[in-house]
Amino acid sequence: MDFFHTIIALLESTIRVSVPLIFAALAGLFTERAGVFDIGLEGKMLGAAFAAGAVAAVTGSVTMGLLAAVLISVLLSLVHGYASITQRGSQIVSGVAINFIVAGSTVILGEAWFRQGGRTPALSGDARFQTIEFPFAEEMRGVPILGPIYSNLLSGHFLLTYVAFAMVPISWWILYRTRFGLRLRAVGENPGAVDTAGISVIWMRYRAVICCGILCGFAGAYLSLAMSAGFVKGMTAGKGYIALAALIFAKWRPFNIMLACLLFGFLDALAIRLQGNPLPIIGQVPVQLMQALPYILTVILLAGFIGKAIPPKAGGIPYVKER
Amino acid sequence: MSNPYAKLPAWAEYGLIPLINLVVAFLVAGLVVLLVGENPLKAAYHMINGAFGRGEYIGFTLYYATTFIFTGLSVAVAFHAGLFNIGSEGQAYIGGIGVALACLWLDKTMPWFIVFPVAMFGSILFGALWAFLPGWLQAKRGSHIVITTIMFNFIASSLMVYLLTRVLKPLGSMAPQTRTFAEGGQLPKLDWLLSIFGLDIGNAPFNISFLLAILAAFGVWVLIWRTKLGYEMRTMGHSPSAARYAGISEPRITIVVMMISGGLAGMMALNPIMGEQFRMQLDFVQGAGFVGIAVALMGRSHPAGIIPAAILFGMLYQGGAEIAFEMPAISRDMIVIIQGLVILFAGALENMFRPAIGRGFASFGQRFPVAAQRGA
Repeated sequence: MDFFHTIIALLESTIRVSVPLIFAALAGLFTERAGVFDIGLEGKMLGAAFAAGAVAAVTGSVTMGLLAAVLISVLLSLVHGYASITQRGSQIVSGVAINFIVAGSTVILGEAWFRQGGRTPALSGDARFQTIEFPFAEEMRGVPILGPIYSNLLSGHFLLTYVAFAMVPISWWILYRTRFGLRLRAVGENPGAVDTAGISVIWMRYRAVICCGILCGFAGAYLSLAMSAGFVKGMTAGKGYIALAALIFAKWRPFNIMLACLLFGFLDALAIRLQGNPLPIIGQVPVQLMQALPYILTVILLAGFIGKAIPPKAGGIPYVKER
Repeated sequence: MSNPYAKLPAWAEYGLIPLINLVVAFLVAGLVVLLVGENPLKAAYHMINGAFGRGEYIGFTLYYATTFIFTGLSVAVAFHAGLFNIGSEGQAYIGGIGVALACLWLDKTMPWFIVFPVAMFGSILFGALWAFLPGWLQAKRGSHIVITTIMFNFIASSLMVYLLTRVLKPLGSMAPQTRTFAEGGQLPKLDWLLSIFGLDIGNAPFNISFLLAILAAFGVWVLIWRTKLGYEMRTMGHSPSAARYAGISEPRITIVVMMISGGLAGMMALNPIMGEQFRMQLDFVQGAGFVGIAVALMGRSHPAGIIPAAILFGMLYQGGAEIAFEMPAISRDMIVIIQGLVILFAGALENMFRPAIGRGFASFGQRFPVAAQRGA
């Protein structure tokens, strides 16, 4: 039974750490499917987390915090859009730039406004997301097997957690079952054809970039309003890049993204749990290996050793109308 | 790719446009300083004074610049072949292993001028090896170099934590670093170079690897503009299809260029490890690989542009420390913002001001045809 409880605890923390990855990877899905590569997920998430923490601390309202996160993230997305869509600059360079600008400004502004070493004040009460307990969660806890699954694994998460998992089928539906989604994917594969059909490639890509901003906003808000009680400098700690890896690992498909994020989240949770504890058969595994595993797996996948990751055809190429 | 912009005279192309981009980046950074409630002009004064006010400060500025010349060259070499190497950070980090091993092996028995070439060879070897894999993966397996080099940065950082906490750390020590090197693992300072100008170097770790950096910059110039390989690289960078048509082997160039780029990044490790700390510490690269991106973009991937750009960033790092001391609200993270803004304006938005400048030149040319011709 002890083993079972360990597994439940492990899966619970897997869900907790996977949520920002799912939001960010879905965000990347929208832009990259529209042909705009985005390695600025990390920066947008960090900026959103800071905006959420700062505004929630000042206004005491979690909703305002979430709105601020989305607003900042969308603004950063528009900068990326302006540079890479309108100015036809390098999408990679622009993403790198945004990551640095945000990494620096969150510390400087945080320190100037709150003077707590780059943190925002600790949030409590209405300024922070509360966990949602399902009905009868407490009563079910005693029931063997099903009890812990229901009351620990399914119940007791933040609203944003459920939103993240709901966003997976919603994103699938938007991308594969609506006209907007069809056009968005077409812009990423063959923008010339979309242009011929009389649809603005530029505007289509801008809309995709805005979708990305909104989802990154949710990812950031989850970090500073739900997972922790406030913003801590550099709190994304490479999650944006892990999300990018998950997006590639999932071959740019919504349901695969969820699985990839859960896998990477599981590795993360396992690494924390294994710190100092040897595994039954393999023995002591260095924590660093566990931490590097998502990246190593992505490299192996990219090398085509486990399936082939084929990016959207027009990805990374600015659209030039006259040719 | 078609070039929709009018051709500008060389001095505008390589001088005016980078300058405008830089000025705009600094103006935006000034806005951030205003937002924090400080005076940007005062900040600029402290920065320039902190970077050049004394011989010691200049020594520090040039010490940082040495590092950035290496990483800037590393990024620039890859740029010329149309490859974006974001992995200079990781390559420099792994290059440190080569330096550390050479020093740990020889420092007690050999003088520095024997250890230095061995360490240099080691740093190039390890840096190039770490870049070889992404290069090979791009060339043979078609995985995108940007993504793989990002992943390799993270893998490098995990690997180095492992090595420094378990393997390279001396027994009984808690700190994640190698032992301090003996005399043989310490590079001599360039105090004589500064004393020519009547400056006192003080405690600044400005060392002989600066001369190596200058040499490397010259070497890169020769490589890119005076050798067959350089020609092939540039052809591939301009037009991969033309390169293929000319019979240039794309996989070969990709792998070789990445290894050169990685080797240059690896050499950066000489400066902090043998020149300042005399041991390998955790995270000794401190983002220099990423600064290299900004330096290469600002220097337009030309060694003659990279050296001043590297000195500019050296100034930001040294002067930034001084600002942080004088104005506590502005920590060294300000540099990260400026670095990001430079990458944004000199890189992604490099064409933003080009049409306006082009129009300016066109109208100037119509009004004063002779002067314009002479100007070009």
